[in-house]
Amino acid sequence: MRDAAPVTVVPRKRRGVELGLIIFALVLTLGAYVLVDINVTGELSASFPYLAGFSILLAVLAHIAVRWRLPYADPVILPCVILLNGLGLVMIHRIDLINDPPLNGARQQMIWTAVGVLMFILVVTWLNDHRPLQRFTYTIGLAGIVLLLLPLVPGLGTEKFGAQIWIQVGPYSFQPAEAAKVLLAIAFASYLVEKREVLALAGYRVLGIDLPRARDLGPILIIWLISLAILVWQRDLGTSLLFFGLFVMMLYVATERAGWAVLGTLLFAAGAYFGYLNFSHVRRRVGAWLDPFSNFDAYYQVINAQFGMAWGGLLGTGLGLGRPGLTPLARSDFIAAAIGEELGMTGLMAVILIYGLIVARGLRIALQCREPFGKLLATGLSFAFALQVFTIIGGVTRLLPLTGLTTPFMSQGGSSLVCNWIVAGLLLVISHQVRKPAATVAPLNPDVEQTQLVKATA
Amino acid sequence: MNKPIRRVAFIAMVMFALLLANGTYMMIFRQESLAAQPQNRRVRDAEFAQNRGAILAAGKTEIAKTVPAKDRFKYQRVYPDGKLYAPITGYYSYDRASSALESTYNSQLSGTDDALFVRRLIDLATNRTLEGASVQTTIVPKIQKAAADALGNQKGAVVALDPTTGAVLALVTSPTYDPNDIADHDIEAAGKAYDRLASDPQHPLSNRAAREIYPPGSTFKLVTAAAALADGKTPDSTVESPDRLKLPNTRVYLPNSTNCGGTKITITQALKVSCNTAFANLGLELGQDKLREQAQAFGFDQRHLADLGGVASQFPDKLDKAQLALSAIGQYDVAASPLQMAMVSAAIANDGVLMDPYVVSSVRAHDLKQIETHEPQVLSKAMTPENAKELQQMMLAVVNEGTGHNAQIPGVEVGGKTGTAQSDPKRKPFAWFTSFAPVDNPKVAVAVIVEDADIPRNDIAGGRLAAPIARAVMEAAL
Repeated sequence: MRDAAPVTVVPRKRRGVELGLIIFALVLTLGAYVLVDINVTGELSASFPYLAGFSILLAVLAHIAVRWRLPYADPVILPCVILLNGLGLVMIHRIDLINDPPLNGARQQMIWTAVGVLMFILVVTWLNDHRPLQRFTYTIGLAGIVLLLLPLVPGLGTEKFGAQIWIQVGPYSFQPAEAAKVLLAIAFASYLVEKREVLALAGYRVLGIDLPRARDLGPILIIWLISLAILVWQRDLGTSLLFFGLFVMMLYVATERAGWAVLGTLLFAAGAYFGYLNFSHVRRRVGAWLDPFSNFDAYYQVINAQFGMAWGGLLGTGLGLGRPGLTPLARSDFIAAAIGEELGMTGLMAVILIYGLIVARGLRIALQCREPFGKLLATGLSFAFALQVFTIIGGVTRLLPLTGLTTPFMSQGGSSLVCNWIVAGLLLVISHQVRKPAATVAPLNPDVEQTQLVKATA
Repeated sequence: MNKPIRRVAFIAMVMFALLLANGTYMMIFRQESLAAQPQNRRVRDAEFAQNRGAILAAGKTEIAKTVPAKDRFKYQRVYPDGKLYAPITGYYSYDRASSALESTYNSQLSGTDDALFVRRLIDLATNRTLEGASVQTTIVPKIQKAAADALGNQKGAVVALDPTTGAVLALVTSPTYDPNDIADHDIEAAGKAYDRLASDPQHPLSNRAAREIYPPGSTFKLVTAAAALADGKTPDSTVESPDRLKLPNTRVYLPNSTNCGGTKITITQALKVSCNTAFANLGLELGQDKLREQAQAFGFDQRHLADLGGVASQFPDKLDKAQLALSAIGQYDVAASPLQMAMVSAAIANDGVLMDPYVVSSVRAHDLKQIETHEPQVLSKAMTPENAKELQQMMLAVVNEGTGHNAQIPGVEVGGKTGTAQSDPKRKPFAWFTSFAPVDNPKVAVAVIVEDADIPRNDIAGGRLAAPIARAVMEAAL
């Protein structure tokens, strides 16, 4: 018997598991697509083979990119994303079919999906490591803030459904807040990693809570003002909440001081109350939340989403057999209501759990990560994702006042889809860096080196 | 940094838990009230497109049925002979609600009633489309048609009851409407048809037989006579019948419209010629409490035939003497529906026992299993059998020798009472007739009202206009 060698844990790659889950997700979504066609028109649409082939191709390409460049990445996130993206496509296709002749929303969304997968592959193969991003803290941060405020530029920003969060270039409209979400999460993470010692240590205690020094308050106040500006001029409570929530949470994680979180929550509450007092659109949203039936015409959309989900009941009407078209914007903001109607509360809960799974995997990556930037970035991306899902699905199901956020991976719209694919890519990149075995070069040990030399000349 | 990340993870978990809890809450506590909202188009459309059960008249005649349709809804509600049965079936519309049996039996007809729950589960399991239960009514097509034909284009109503059970044999109101127009799948056309009917000055949508009340005029003298008999008088008791009666504490005189045949006559004679002063005197003698008690025993001040939204007939409160005298002859604020006056005749014919009127005899699921049946019910004992028999003979005399001779049917003993009522001097009077036949073994009791009777005001109006209609209905029923 020899002496036991030092144990090095080599994480399993689990790429096979990922492939299995991806096949499951594809079977599920393509099956759902077939169901929609059969239930609505009675026959499979002619374009289905192309669509199926293209979907499989995209999924396989994404998987191969991960297998090649990120062999140790988390195996659950990609299949979850494919499933959500696929279900969104199916639902958009289903709503397309309500119109006669059918609309082309699903085809557009398919193109955006392709762009999203391409960006994902770029992040996976070309970026491959998240740490270099740390070098561009201020560039990325500035770009994020510019993007965030871009819709306010006269002539560029357009108002849709009461919120000015789109920019219009030619025939294309784009929601820059989605891209800003990713950029700012990166910028916040690297900024906070740099400054966290100062932010955490200097300060004084009030009522048992450690408060930061006044001059360190600068950044949080700036972000607060920007998010207020979004609320005031872009009239978008959701985006405002998302950014401020993201920043406050990352600040708390970086400094490990609850004072920041308390202060941030209070600031946001004050801002939201200010919005409620001063903006009719915020008041209307709150009204629709508290008592939608007080004004049927004004709260038509929220009421109809409720009707749809009640009609679907526990098990749903079945794909293609409900009437999601009665709810305005069923394909974008209210896609969760359409899911609730046709797949039932059970289906909607399953979708919520898939989102939960992505968030859980993301936060797990953050916990496992050994360097602060990756930790902070993974936490920020996962939490922003969770917050977004909570806000929009909570709004649709009347848990919260409705805000105009997109339902990640499902709502129709290119900017949101592409950016969320990038988020997924970043999470996989971090998880690969976390889980891959440390460099295989053995630690230098003069004695060992020598014996090896001797051995070589035997 | 792991401690705050774990806390963030906990917050994220709470957010997802809240989403799931809210979804559960919605299914358990909100779903039902959301589905019941009238603006809920999903529920409304689904119900409208359903295979709704039929409404049947006696002899399995379908008076409302559902046929397959080829437009945006799967089924179309059809009313064969819609105008004839409109007051019973009512209408079933997309956005103008529903009325009469279509409304009161909606849950059974649409199959959502709790009694159909198990059948619904079986249908779900066997993949059968939901089918509603059918509602069997007591309406007899032959009598209903006879009543409608006899009434013709005149404004008014006819009600025929089976005196021994209370079953409604015919219920006609005129002018009527065609519920098919309102049930049309062309929603806009249906809405227009409804609006046109609702704004029509002739009120074709109103059910004059059970939902409108009119001054009953001299037909109310039956109630006064019944009260007098109950008070110990006999048909041969005499009563003062001056040519005109000064109403107590007023300067107004109540005239007779007919020759009463003397200044002191028997109650039989008074009823036969419909002598106003004699009955006013009887009323004054009895007092308002006894009169009201008798009226209530016949069903006044109480709603009947709730299935069709029937309203209560009225006997007024707190009368002074003059008002009492007028009330005793069915004037002042006394108001009765044709259904109520048919009930008076029916109770007299049924030896004083008033049966609760009903129009739905049973409800059957689509597999023909009965889920509801109606057993005839006694509403009250309005008179003693002896008094009832005496009043029957008095009513027979009205038809054989008095104002009701137009209701005579050869070979059949008919009892009846005429009435002419004028509530407003500017309006034309209402002609009434209520009767039953045969006297010894009653099969049918009828009340007829013709509004705007276009003849001079006298007591013969009821006899001339309404009695022939009643005769036609009774002939159809015998």
